[in-house]
Amino acid sequence: MSDRQLPARSGREAPAGDSALAELARDPLSRKRFMRMAGPGAAAALTVLLAACGGDNESESGTATSGSGGKASRGDLDILNYALTLEYLETDFYRKVNEAGLFSGKTADLLKRFGDEEAQHVDALRQTIRKLGGTPVAAPRTRFPLDNANQVARLAATVENLGANAYLGQAARIKSKEVLAAALSIHSVEARHAAVLNRLVGQNVSPDGPFAKPASRAQVLRQVEQFIVS
Amino acid sequence: MEQVNARAVAAVEVGGMTRASLLLKGTLAAAAAYGTAVAGPFVSRALAQSGDVEILNFALTLEYLEADFYRRAQQLGLSGEALTYARQFGDAESAHVDALTRTIRQLGGRPARKPRFQFPMRDQASFLELAQALEEVGVGAYNGAAPSIRSREVLTAAGGIVQVEARHAAAIRALRDQNPTPNGAFDKTLTKQQALDQAKPFIRS
Repeated sequence: MSDRQLPARSGREAPAGDSALAELARDPLSRKRFMRMAGPGAAAALTVLLAACGGDNESESGTATSGSGGKASRGDLDILNYALTLEYLETDFYRKVNEAGLFSGKTADLLKRFGDEEAQHVDALRQTIRKLGGTPVAAPRTRFPLDNANQVARLAATVENLGANAYLGQAARIKSKEVLAAALSIHSVEARHAAVLNRLVGQNVSPDGPFAKPASRAQVLRQVEQFIVS
Repeated sequence: MEQVNARAVAAVEVGGMTRASLLLKGTLAAAAAYGTAVAGPFVSRALAQSGDVEILNFALTLEYLEADFYRRAQQLGLSGEALTYARQFGDAESAHVDALTRTIRQLGGRPARKPRFQFPMRDQASFLELAQALEEVGVGAYNGAAPSIRSREVLTAAGGIVQVEARHAAAIRALRDQNPTPNGAFDKTLTKQQALDQAKPFIRS
């Protein structure tokens, strides 16, 4: 991993101030120490999500291979690893939900199905990243509140709605048509999940109205960092 | 010298192409021979727009269809969730029509004419069945066309629409007790031809 700092881009400054995140963004030595302590999963997840703050296209995406002229643009690999991080979170969420046994019947089947689909997203993204000359980030350790069926269903809806808008937020940044096509085919499945879960908990199946709203990486980070154990 | 209405001239169709697009094709030929650097930023942008306009007009045709479909469905005596969806999704498709029309005009294109439609539905059950099928065409069509969109803004807008179509499709499937992810973990694409073939039975003219 190179020692260069995350570059500041117009409108996308590295986090300023004294926060731990800001220090990690500024100081490569801090980052290395953090990575050794926290383990590959959390560190990689953090770095990938952190990349949003410092500038997306030239970020250090965790353990991505150092620019040996990989087959895909660094930007695309970075986006794929970002998507992979979110899919790891979703897969872990559904695994824990299924283990908790809070649901039965059709709802339980539905959640198992969705979890299986997220796991397939993980596999496909990992394969794609490797095929394109990158290295998939490791899975983070996660924590999700799982109190009761109602709360979990609402959390599932929140996560899926966020996932869909996260993909939408990246679509225009993707350089490769093939990567874009893959991202879109996942994006609409996340949207299906979100709609069904919204319906399950009595919410509007299309809460943004006629046009879904893209979520930026910074917005997504703010909402998912609570689920990452570091 | 006679006054010439430039816009009227540009709109005159010559062998199916407007004068504007004829000029464009001429420049295209030059660009092909000498490289698009020669064409300059204006023409490159115009080329990108003309491709995007074509895609947006294809989308517009499907949105006309869906908007009309949901409008007519509301005359069937629907109730409950089916009625809610007919209204909500119909409003959304109308908003899509408006947005696509505006965008096409902004890009200097001409919005496609709205066809006349026919929908074989007579009750709630047949409405829901057809709604599901039409929304699936929408998802497949947008996912198929989107990677060819050149403008980043247009791509994001199309993405924002396809997400909503996918929500519609899944909600209707859930209401009908059907699998909400019929393609599994990865949604499939339709080519423009496939999508139009599926829409054709409903287009009267």
